[in-house]
Amino acid sequence: MIINSRFFNRSELMGFIALAAVLFVILPLTLDVFRLNLVAKYLTYAFVAIGLVLCWGYGGILSLGQGVFFGLGGYCMAMFLKLEASSVENTKIQSTPGIPDFMDWNQITALPFFWQPFHSLTFTILAIIMVPGLFALIIGTAMFKRRVGGTYFAIITQAVAAILTILIVGQQGYTGGINGMTDLRTLKGWDIRPDHAKIILYFVEVVLLFACIGIAQFIRLTKLGRILVAMREQEDRVRFSGYSVANFKIFAFCMAAVFAAIGGAMFALNVGFMSPSFVGIVPSIEMVIYTAVGGRMSIFGAVWGAILVNFAKTSLSESFPQLWLFGLGALFIAVVLAFPNGLSGLWADYVQPRIDRLFASHKPKAGWTDNSVADGAPAE
Amino acid sequence: MLIGHQPKDFLLAVSGLTVSFDGFKAVNDLSFYVEENEIRVIIGPNGAGKTTVLDLICGKTRATSGSIQFRGKELTKMRENEIVQTGVGRKFQTPSVFEDLTVFENLEISFPRGRTVFGSLTFQRDQLVKDRVEEVAEMIFLKDKLNTYADELSHGQKQWLEIGMLLIQDPDLLMLDEPVAGMSVSERAKTAELLNRIIKNRSVLVIEHDMKFVEDIAHKVTVLHQGQILSEGTMEKVKNDPKVIEVYLGH
Repeated sequence: MIINSRFFNRSELMGFIALAAVLFVILPLTLDVFRLNLVAKYLTYAFVAIGLVLCWGYGGILSLGQGVFFGLGGYCMAMFLKLEASSVENTKIQSTPGIPDFMDWNQITALPFFWQPFHSLTFTILAIIMVPGLFALIIGTAMFKRRVGGTYFAIITQAVAAILTILIVGQQGYTGGINGMTDLRTLKGWDIRPDHAKIILYFVEVVLLFACIGIAQFIRLTKLGRILVAMREQEDRVRFSGYSVANFKIFAFCMAAVFAAIGGAMFALNVGFMSPSFVGIVPSIEMVIYTAVGGRMSIFGAVWGAILVNFAKTSLSESFPQLWLFGLGALFIAVVLAFPNGLSGLWADYVQPRIDRLFASHKPKAGWTDNSVADGAPAE
Repeated sequence: MLIGHQPKDFLLAVSGLTVSFDGFKAVNDLSFYVEENEIRVIIGPNGAGKTTVLDLICGKTRATSGSIQFRGKELTKMRENEIVQTGVGRKFQTPSVFEDLTVFENLEISFPRGRTVFGSLTFQRDQLVKDRVEEVAEMIFLKDKLNTYADELSHGQKQWLEIGMLLIQDPDLLMLDEPVAGMSVSERAKTAELLNRIIKNRSVLVIEHDMKFVEDIAHKVTVLHQGQILSEGTMEKVKNDPKVIEVYLGH
């Protein structure tokens, strides 16, 4: 058995194996394509949740506007796909063929300049990372350099989410408005709609998800990860240890934005459309709830949180559509009051000790969240 | 007045320092000078502006007017982390350590390397870091607690840990705000011993109420009252100053 690898401690390694087994083997073997595609949709939120673990769980920066970055990533991807779907042959019934249908409906006769570069897939992929990253850099610099933090920051991110939604809805001719960008068809000529494409996209997404998990875990284990924890507790002490606290907050916020954007782009590919209903205040808060339910200090916990809450959302809102929002609210309150470390906290408190007893040769360690942090310290 | 002195002899030259909070002058036209390797203790009644002076020097509070020169560099225009990098270390009144991190990690964060975002991403815990952390941990009596989380430490141990975090920065000017407050008698004695060891080759600015402790360590004492200097000099001189006895020591 491989244990005590430096990158994951034993419980994390088990979490890694369990998640990999479920996502790579069990779900694809047991679910039909429709359900598997739903899981793919849930997993797009797992990207956001991983970012929130770094930014909120570790760095203590609560962002209630992750939908903004999810949306920016999603729209970048959707713009590329929409352009490809709007070839001259496909749109010859329009008064201006070759532009997206919603532009034609809004009497726009030429492709706007900012749409032009999205003909290139390379540019699109760069934009998915860079646009939300730069936007987070600007917001982060403006806020954190001025020492805006805590609740104020959370409220401002909410405002940004609201503003972006209004902008997208209002600029119908450029963005598709409230309906968003629909009828996305092919990626470089490869049809993304049939079942076998959905399965391939699912696996692409899971691979990307594990890449993001790896990056987040790497950051957590560096000194930067420990500085984030330190900053959350004693910002001044970090500052008076010679660090520019603002720069570290900006970094965490940008990383969270980029992760969210990757999730958004995968959403556009897997679900086949993008709309402002994934950008605004409510979806942004839901993303925080997924993270809180899964456990904001645990990367794997956050992934499970995103999957399970969305699964509950789908099944409950199929049967009791009116009750779902109340259920979600109650769930959030329960998490905050009763189990602040979420599902991963419950796991660590009740399940992990039993597993540890099975591996009696290994002594269980004191803290669950910081096991890996302690691992690197020299043995006495 | 100290006009006759050559400013370049001083490690820290505070002149005409004033800070006003909504019209209330917490520090009012304050001037004092700290030499290399000097241990200066600031005493004074509550609300005299002692902590504010340290806040001004380390950049936590911005001065309304006046200047703070450290080795000829103007500190009032610098950001906190730049001031730290120039060589000024500050310990807060209440122990501020990172409770969710171990003693080792607390000290490691203060180690003066990899202080930028990318520096901290590529920071390696090499032998130099380990040796230095262990060396400092031994000085602050926490060598056997390196893997203990800081929230499990006693109040006195947290104070020592914070002193250790400053020590590992190796500042030229060390500022300590009530380092023995809230400590037991035995911890107090150990802290005095610790301070006596760490003040070598650096200047120290201490705020303290414990007069016995002040007498033990001070080279020079500055008495603050209502944001201004009431008296300054050796402990002997200050103790016998009638003004000081009236507003402070007489109580």
